[in-house]
Amino acid sequence: MSNIASADTHSLDHHDGHGHHHESFWTKYVFSQDHKMIAKQFLITGIIMAVFAMVLSILFRLQLAWPDKSFPILELFLGSKWAEGGRINPEFFLALVTIHGTIMVFFVLTAGLSGTFSNLLIPYQLGARDMASPFMNMLSYWFFFAACVVMISSFFVESGPASAGWTIYPPLSAVPKAISGSGLGMTLWLTSMVMFIISQVLGGTNYISTILNMRTKGMDLWKMPLTIWAFFLTAIVGLLSFPVLVSAVVLLIFDRSFGTSFYLSDLVIQGQILPNEGGSPILFQHLFWFLGHPEVYIVLMPALGLTSEVISTNSRKPIFGYHAMVYSLVGITVLSFIVWGHHMFVTGMNPFLGGVFMITTLIIAVPSAVKSFNYLATLWRGNIRFTPAMLFAIGMVSFFISGGLTGLYVGNSALDINLHDTYFVVAHFHLVMGSASIFGMLCGVYHWYPKMFGRMMDEKLGYLHFWLTFVGAYFVFFPMHFMGIDGVPRRYYAFTEFPFMEKWVSVNIFITWSAIIAGLGQLAFLWNFFTSMRFGKVAPQNPWGSNTLEWTTPVKHIHGNWPGEIPTVYRWPYDYSKPGHDEDFIPQTVPFSETMSSNLPHDFEGNPEAERIQREWELANKPLPEKETE
Amino acid sequence: MIAMVQYTQNKEDLAQQKAKKFNLWLGMIGMFMMFAALSSGFIVYTAGGVDKGIKTLLPHAFIYSTLLIILSSVTMQLAYIAAKKTQFARQKLLLVATLILGFGFFAIQVYAWGVLSSRGVVFVNNNASQSFIYVFTGMHLAHILAGIIVLVRALVGRISGVNQVSNVFRMDLAALFWHFLGILWIYIYVFLLLNQ
Repeated sequence: MSNIASADTHSLDHHDGHGHHHESFWTKYVFSQDHKMIAKQFLITGIIMAVFAMVLSILFRLQLAWPDKSFPILELFLGSKWAEGGRINPEFFLALVTIHGTIMVFFVLTAGLSGTFSNLLIPYQLGARDMASPFMNMLSYWFFFAACVVMISSFFVESGPASAGWTIYPPLSAVPKAISGSGLGMTLWLTSMVMFIISQVLGGTNYISTILNMRTKGMDLWKMPLTIWAFFLTAIVGLLSFPVLVSAVVLLIFDRSFGTSFYLSDLVIQGQILPNEGGSPILFQHLFWFLGHPEVYIVLMPALGLTSEVISTNSRKPIFGYHAMVYSLVGITVLSFIVWGHHMFVTGMNPFLGGVFMITTLIIAVPSAVKSFNYLATLWRGNIRFTPAMLFAIGMVSFFISGGLTGLYVGNSALDINLHDTYFVVAHFHLVMGSASIFGMLCGVYHWYPKMFGRMMDEKLGYLHFWLTFVGAYFVFFPMHFMGIDGVPRRYYAFTEFPFMEKWVSVNIFITWSAIIAGLGQLAFLWNFFTSMRFGKVAPQNPWGSNTLEWTTPVKHIHGNWPGEIPTVYRWPYDYSKPGHDEDFIPQTVPFSETMSSNLPHDFEGNPEAERIQREWELANKPLPEKETE
Repeated sequence: MIAMVQYTQNKEDLAQQKAKKFNLWLGMIGMFMMFAALSSGFIVYTAGGVDKGIKTLLPHAFIYSTLLIILSSVTMQLAYIAAKKTQFARQKLLLVATLILGFGFFAIQVYAWGVLSSRGVVFVNNNASQSFIYVFTGMHLAHILAGIIVLVRALVGRISGVNQVSNVFRMDLAALFWHFLGILWIYIYVFLLLNQ
């Protein structure tokens, strides 16, 4: 008896009237446990980190384009230690590429992308009041925030930030004396990354658990939007691969700070023989890439999910091959775990093993191609509305194809001997993973901005932003393929000093100018993003004519998302332009009984009772002209 | 009407509890992946040469710590059953017993490190297979600490008299996690035994 009573009081204080919770500034904006606010926190932190990492890339592009020129302004801002005489110094150059890669891959495209949209859309699109554990969700953001602070703080230490590349291969990263970046900067990098992983695991478990346990009535797995499928599989990949990186990093920390020899052997530094013996740096590469490869799908899959939704909505057509889209995501998820060796073809790997990894890698082309064709088939003869979000979604498809094709080359163990660590690889992953994912993210921002902030973004600025970024990205990364084929190695400070690479100076200048212009193009976005919060047109409840549940919530955010009962779901999310219906979309909350004129036999999933009712209705409402022709 | 609203809200609460428990399962999968990574790292490293490998017998202390942690799982399960039957004094007693056994396990593991290092099997070692013993046991102890925090939280909840639904739920999660830590240790121990 006491059992029941206590349960009741518990639920009463828990849900005491949605919407009028007493919230202070701190609980509402800072330590918020509301998924919508946490999503915004992730997004804005992600945007700040993206701008930071972009500025880093412009800095090292300046060095690559004009290796002999001095820019006094750099000395003014960076100080004489890192930019003496207005030229980026070589050690700082390595730090720049390292931190640029780290921030973009982990902080922007993993946390900024998954963190924002999983948090925003999982409860919204599934019809849940919030995440399974809002507290864990809050922790997830604050671990991420702390990781960001620690990562950026490494720019303010004497020896500079980590410089061993974003893959932090030992022994370079493991021996503090090796380069100045392997000192305190590397320690901060590792600390930051451990906090980042905690954040991802906390967030990821929440995403999976919410998706499996907290769907509203009627929302079975095959009625979920593709966004949710993508977030779900992304979170599974993250949950299985991030802990492996923890292990790799822990062993690295022991090697660095305690003198163990997991990764170290036979090293001589500045004439001194190091005591570490018997370790294997290749072991680190195995552990790192067991995370590292799934990580690129963690980055890409949310973008695939977001664009599927946006392309279907704005083509006013059902997504082509919904089941195939899901199964291809599942295929990518499974395959992502058995391809890591393709990063290590040139480490002296057994050629037979290399062959195995090559085959598994090339098989990924199958689900990827399924997705590409399905995107194109969805667009085909659609009633396309070119909103900024739609343009970014189409841009994502473009990068996914053009970047994916070169994957066939770098994934080939024989060709990779030539291409490994050249600009060809840089071009490949910046298109297929970098540009494609950031376009997916921007597509999501433009599309769901009205849901997040209750106002619309400016379309004209959106178009300007799209074209500058789209053309800019191709101008930056496309020429790098040719440099790579010519053998230009990545991460070199001044490769044009070598006579055989001298001719690439002109291309470097072209790339740098393109990068600067594309970078300035982002100002259009930032201006649009921040001013529209205040001055944008007030958003209607369902601005894009979408079917999914988030557009049934009120424009003004309330705690618990829906006033009153959570809506029930009756149909899949892609009933766009269904023949026989008077509008070109039917939200998931509309039961079939209200759309008798457009129901199709397969809508009823073999339910004989529903089929009978539908047949009777059709007989009773048989159109007259047909009778006359009989 | 009010009863109806309460009914649906209770259902939402139950769904949330179920989801939180599921979170724990997922977390345990994550933790297991970490140890799986260490295991595969150990295998790859040890296969690297004939001079690699544990090259010593594991201390007998590990047998005692294994017995202790199995016993603590039993007391934990009994505490959970007591909580469900609202036998609160018994629940507290058994929780405290579990905690003591947990600390005992911790102490024996640290003692075992002493035994190993007195044999010259130290952490900072050019045969990293031996360093791996410390990494496995040390990482497991870090998780034991987390488990102890979870147990203390369940105990504090009982003492401060949270409602019975929360009490049973906390105990449920704590028991699940504690059993996981026991099974994890047995996995590690068997793995090391097979490779000694």
